[in-house]
Amino acid sequence: MRVVIAEDLALLREGLTRILTAFGIEVAEAVDNGPALLPALLRHRPDVAVVDVRLPPTFTDEGLQAAIAARTEVPGLPVLVLSQHVEPLYARELLTDRRGGVGYLLKDRVSDVAQFVDAVRRVAAGGTAMDPEVVSQLLARRGPLAALTPREREVLGQMAEGRSNAAIAAKLFVTEKAISKHINNIFTKLAMPPSDDDNRRVLAVLAYLNA
Amino acid sequence: METRAWVRDGLRAVADGVIAVGLALTNFPLLVLWIVALALTPVAGIGLVALPFVTWLVRGRADLARRLAARAGVAITRPYAPRPQNALPVGWRRYRWILTDPATWRDLAWLLPGGLAGLVLGVLTLALPLYGLEGITLLPLWLSLGLDSYGYGIYWPIQTLGEGMMSLPQGVLILAAGVAVAPGLRWVDAQFTRLFLAPTKAAGLRLRVAHLTETRADTVDAQAAELRRIERDLHDGAQARLVSLGMTIGLAEELLERDPAAVRKLLAEAREASGSALVELRHLVRGIHPPVLAERGLDGAVQALALNLPLPVGVEVDVPGRPETPVESAAYFAVAEALTNVVRHSGAQTAAVSIRYADGTLAMVVLDDGRGGADPDAGTGLRGIGRRLAAFDGTMTLSSPPGGPTVVTMELPCALSSPKTSHSSVRA
Repeated sequence: MRVVIAEDLALLREGLTRILTAFGIEVAEAVDNGPALLPALLRHRPDVAVVDVRLPPTFTDEGLQAAIAARTEVPGLPVLVLSQHVEPLYARELLTDRRGGVGYLLKDRVSDVAQFVDAVRRVAAGGTAMDPEVVSQLLARRGPLAALTPREREVLGQMAEGRSNAAIAAKLFVTEKAISKHINNIFTKLAMPPSDDDNRRVLAVLAYLNA
Repeated sequence: METRAWVRDGLRAVADGVIAVGLALTNFPLLVLWIVALALTPVAGIGLVALPFVTWLVRGRADLARRLAARAGVAITRPYAPRPQNALPVGWRRYRWILTDPATWRDLAWLLPGGLAGLVLGVLTLALPLYGLEGITLLPLWLSLGLDSYGYGIYWPIQTLGEGMMSLPQGVLILAAGVAVAPGLRWVDAQFTRLFLAPTKAAGLRLRVAHLTETRADTVDAQAAELRRIERDLHDGAQARLVSLGMTIGLAEELLERDPAAVRKLLAEAREASGSALVELRHLVRGIHPPVLAERGLDGAVQALALNLPLPVGVEVDVPGRPETPVESAAYFAVAEALTNVVRHSGAQTAAVSIRYADGTLAMVVLDDGRGGADPDAGTGLRGIGRRLAAFDGTMTLSSPPGGPTVVTMELPCALSSPKTSHSSVRA
């Protein structure tokens, strides 16, 4: 698996490269500014891009914009966006094309190395990885979620982060069967079309929460 | 201008004319009173009481004249010097403050000519409409009373029924003309008032300096308090956590050979501690300058803010460019504070934010459908918003009748840079 990294701080660029390499993922190139990202992506065609939101020269949301532009150029290019802070607003923009292969995580999550690498792999495989903080902010908004039981909300949150039934079951110490029952109830209560495809399911949930 | 608007403005001006005449009549007794009060000064005890009191009356009258001028479209600032600290309602200190303020003498100089002008222009304002009304109602009167040698308009005296009937259209015309010119006459009166009752250049500057002194002190205090808060948060929060993190890692280093299982636990702890320190720093950073504001400007920051609130908030932003960073920040925090109030106190189901830029002013309106009755002095953040904006000559006005809706209107004069058009309207 090959990755292109865009991160302006040398320390973090090194750290990311070291972690990914340790897990047998090849870092094809690590760029330190926004304008260099798209050419690098087109040159290497990596399996996934790991991009910092705030990049030179503007130090605004250059990385996010470059990632979105790259996905219009290379449809479905998997992108994992990292940031010091997460905003549902940015999550919404990343998810507009409903293609999956999108991740949006706080940089803090990198310190849980195994989890982070798992997220990179999931996004590369066309899945979704949403930061729990984004999800909890979305879940906190008033709305038709009131109909859900606390347990269902918990499952919905896990699902929105992009976890599979098996992963949710392991995390909550219940059987997969129980989880799929919960999920069916959730979809029924929220009047959403049920789906077996993990990623389609996540996107549906996020679209619902973002509405 | 549509007909209804000019009729409304005209009638309002005529009503103002009535008020102006009534007020003008008070000018002459006020002048006499003031001269008497000044003459009584040597009489111990009386002058020191009488003069402040009469001055208070005169200033009240001048304020009414300024109010009338404002209604006629001429804004006049109050020119008086700020009251000295610890001045009693009467007495020497107040006496001196009154006599050394040039605005006092300008008020006096205005009393007589202002009274005359107010009278003449007020009567003129009323005369035409009244004469018009006379024409409209004349015919039945003329018929029933059988008046002779009575005339109206161009027929003098009226001799035939035909001529009498002509008084109606003439009256309508004259009434219309009177209503049409009334606002103009009020405006002339207002200009005359401004001549005397507006601050002189020096007084204007003095008022400005007083205002700046006050807002500067507020700003400096707020800044200092903010810095103290940040220092304390860093010292007790992230800094302390990093110290303990260092200790944990040091301990892990010690135990590496002897007890790998304990080391594993310590490292997990260290990772957790670094996570908590980051969460804390993130909150702190958001309070200083939200990253999304730096990245997206006012538009994106307010959108992001609205997305994080527990109620639906409509956001409309029409700002062609970005204001200076300090202004942008003040604007953002003002809106954020207003929205926090909505969430905390209003019990609203929905809220809406609209931000527009026009004529060098950034206008921000936050409204909600909550219970209303918001009071800026009740310890809500509203007072803080006003102070934050005042540092940039901005203003905040609040309308919150019991039962709602509550509307907070904030204005900030500023210039925009970078003609990056950002226009959006989203239902969050």
